Amino acid sequence: MDLTKDADAARETLRTMWTIRRFEEAVDDLFARGLMHGTMHLSIGQEAVPAGACLALREGDYITSTHRGHGHCIARGARIDAMMAELLAKETGYCRGRGGSMHIADVATGNLGANGIVAGGVPIAAGAGLAVSLRGGDEVVVSFFGDGAVNEGAWHEGVNLAAIWDLPVVFVCENNHYGMSMSVGKAFKVDRLAERAAAYGIPGVTVDGNDPQAVHDAVSDAVHRARAGRGPSLVEAVTYRWKGHSKSDKNLYRTREEIEAWREQDPIVRFERAVAATLSDADVAACRDEARDAVREAIRVANAAPDARADSLADAVYAGSEA
Amino acid sequence: MTAVLPQQRTLTYAEAVREALAQAMEADERVFLLGEDIGTYGGAFGVTGDLVHRFGERRVRDTPISELGIVGAAVGAALAGMRPVVEIQFSDFTAQAMDQIVNQAAKIHFMLGGAASVPMVLRAPGGSGTGAAAQHSQSLEAWFAHVPGLKVVMPSTAADAKGLLLAAIDDPNPVIVLEHKLLYKQSGPVPEEATRVRLGETAVRRSGGDVTIVATGVMVSRALEAAGQLAAEGIEASVLDPRTLRPLDAAPIVDSVTATGRALLVQEAPQTGGFMAEVAAAIVESSAFGHLRAPVARLCGLDVPIPYAPQLERAAVPQTGDIVRRARELVTTW
Repeated sequence: MDLTKDADAARETLRTMWTIRRFEEAVDDLFARGLMHGTMHLSIGQEAVPAGACLALREGDYITSTHRGHGHCIARGARIDAMMAELLAKETGYCRGRGGSMHIADVATGNLGANGIVAGGVPIAAGAGLAVSLRGGDEVVVSFFGDGAVNEGAWHEGVNLAAIWDLPVVFVCENNHYGMSMSVGKAFKVDRLAERAAAYGIPGVTVDGNDPQAVHDAVSDAVHRARAGRGPSLVEAVTYRWKGHSKSDKNLYRTREEIEAWREQDPIVRFERAVAATLSDADVAACRDEARDAVREAIRVANAAPDARADSLADAVYAGSEA
Repeated sequence: MTAVLPQQRTLTYAEAVREALAQAMEADERVFLLGEDIGTYGGAFGVTGDLVHRFGERRVRDTPISELGIVGAAVGAALAGMRPVVEIQFSDFTAQAMDQIVNQAAKIHFMLGGAASVPMVLRAPGGSGTGAAAQHSQSLEAWFAHVPGLKVVMPSTAADAKGLLLAAIDDPNPVIVLEHKLLYKQSGPVPEEATRVRLGETAVRRSGGDVTIVATGVMVSRALEAAGQLAAEGIEASVLDPRTLRPLDAAPIVDSVTATGRALLVQEAPQTGGFMAEVAAAIVESSAFGHLRAPVARLCGLDVPIPYAPQLERAAVPQTGDIVRRARELVTTW
C-alpha cells in the first residue's frame, strides 16, 4: 500500500506519528516539571517505525515491545488515556500503577507487552508464534527491539527457534544507533545488522527507518511471508533517538552536530512533504491538531483518575488469587 | 460402608510424571511439551519416553540447546493461550534461563496489572547422588521460592509426581516443578485417574510425638527411613513433607512442632539461604515458639559445590544416618 497516495492511509500514518510525538513530548514535559515519577525512554525521532510496521498488521496479530515502547503501543491502537494514567501512577492505568512505562501491554490489541529487559521480548515473540503455529492459525507476531538487543543471547535463541520452526514472526530492529551510550559502530563487526539474518537462514533487509513507507513495505513483505507459513524475517529500520536514553543521559557520547543532522531527517516533516500532493494543508494540520488534542485529553482524563492503590498488592502477584 | 479407593497400581516416579503429561495432553489440546532431547531420545532421564510417538513431534517438541529461548518461547506461548510444559534437562541449566523465569514469567501477571497470565510449567530434575558433579547436581529450590510470582513444587513420591504436576499444569501461574533424579526409578502406588494433588498442601508422612522432621525431595524417604530406625530406639518422629514450597502450607508444621516441641529441618541444598531457614522462621514466628523444648535444628547440605567422588558426594549432603544422629541428639539433649 502506498501510504503517500492513499489519503486515508496517509492521514492514519501522519496522525499516528504525531500522536507518538506529542505523547512523548508531553511525557518529557511532565517529567521535567516533576509531575511524573520514575524513568522514561522516549522514542521521539523514531515514529516512522511503529507507524509503518503496525499498518501491516491486522486484528488478532501480536506484537512484543521494548523499554522504549510508547510508540509501539500507540501505533497498535492502545488507549493513550490509559497509557498516560499508567505513567501518572493511576489506578486506571494499563497496569494499575504496577508496571509503569516499561511494562505497558494492551492484550486487546495483541500487544504482549513492553519489556524492561533488552531482547526479553524476542523469545516471547517466538513463543507466541509457536502458539499460532500449533493452533494452525494465520496470525503474525511482530517483535520490536533495538540495536542493543541484537547482541543479547536471548535474541539469538529466539530468532533461531523461530527460524528452525518456520514460525510466523517478523523481527523488527529499530536501529537507533545507540544501546544507551554504546554505538552500533563499536558494538558490531557487521555494517548492517540485517546481515545477522543470514546466520539463521532467514531473509534480512535494511530500510530507512525514518520513512514510514519503506518500513511499511519491508514489514508488509515479511508479514505476508509469515502469514503464508514461510517463516520469520528480520527487518532493520535505521533511525535515530533524538532524546537521551533516559533521564540520566547527558549525551556525552555523541555530538550536537550529529543530533542536529538527524533532526534534519525528521520522519514527520519528511512524510508531510511526501503527502503534499495527497493531503491538503488543512488535512495535515488536522492530523497534527487531533494528535495534540488527544494527548491533552489523555492527560486531563488521567489526572482526574484515582491514584493507584496499595491495598490489593499482595493479591496481585498470582493469577486466580485476586479478590 | 467401605470407601471406594481410586484404582491404583505401582509406577515409578518417572512413569508417573509421564502419565501426568499424557493425561494432560489428552485432556487439553493447549498442553504441549518443549525440551532438549524429549522426543525420540525420550528425555535424558527417560521421563518423556514414548510420548513423541503418541502425541507427535509438534506437541512433544525437541528443541536446540537454548534454555533461555525455550523458556522464553514457553512464556510467549502461554501468553498467547497455550499451556506449555518445559523440561530443562538438569535444574542447574535453569541458570541459563533465569531472565525468562524470574524477570518475565514470574512478573508479567503483576507488572501488567493482571491483564495477562503465564500458565506454564517448568520441570527440571535436581539433586545429587549420580556422580554428575557440581554443574549437574544442585538443589536450587530456594532461588525460585524467593521470587514472588513463581510457585515451586518438589514431589517426593510417585503419586505426588503425577498429582502435583497435573495441578501445576492446571494452574494459571508459572510453576517450577523440581523433580529428583534419584527418585525417578523409585516406585509407589499411583492412581490411574488424573487425580490432582492440590498445590500448597503439606503432607504428614508419619506421626510421632517426640520430634518433627520436615524434609523435601529425596530427603523425605531418608527421613522416613531414619524415623524407622529411631522408633527401634523408642524415639517417635513425625515426618512432614511440604511438597509445595511456595505457597508454603506452614500450619501442619506448626501444629506438629507444637505437639512435639522439637523440629529438625532437613534439606539437600546448602544451608546458607536455604529453604529450611524459611521453615524455621515460620515455626519461630508462630505460636509453636512457646512449645519449643529445643532450638530449631537444620540438617542441610554442606556449603560446598557438589563434588564428584562418591564418598565426597555422600559427605556433602545429609544421609539417613545423619538424620538419625541429629534427631536422637535433639530428643536426648533437650
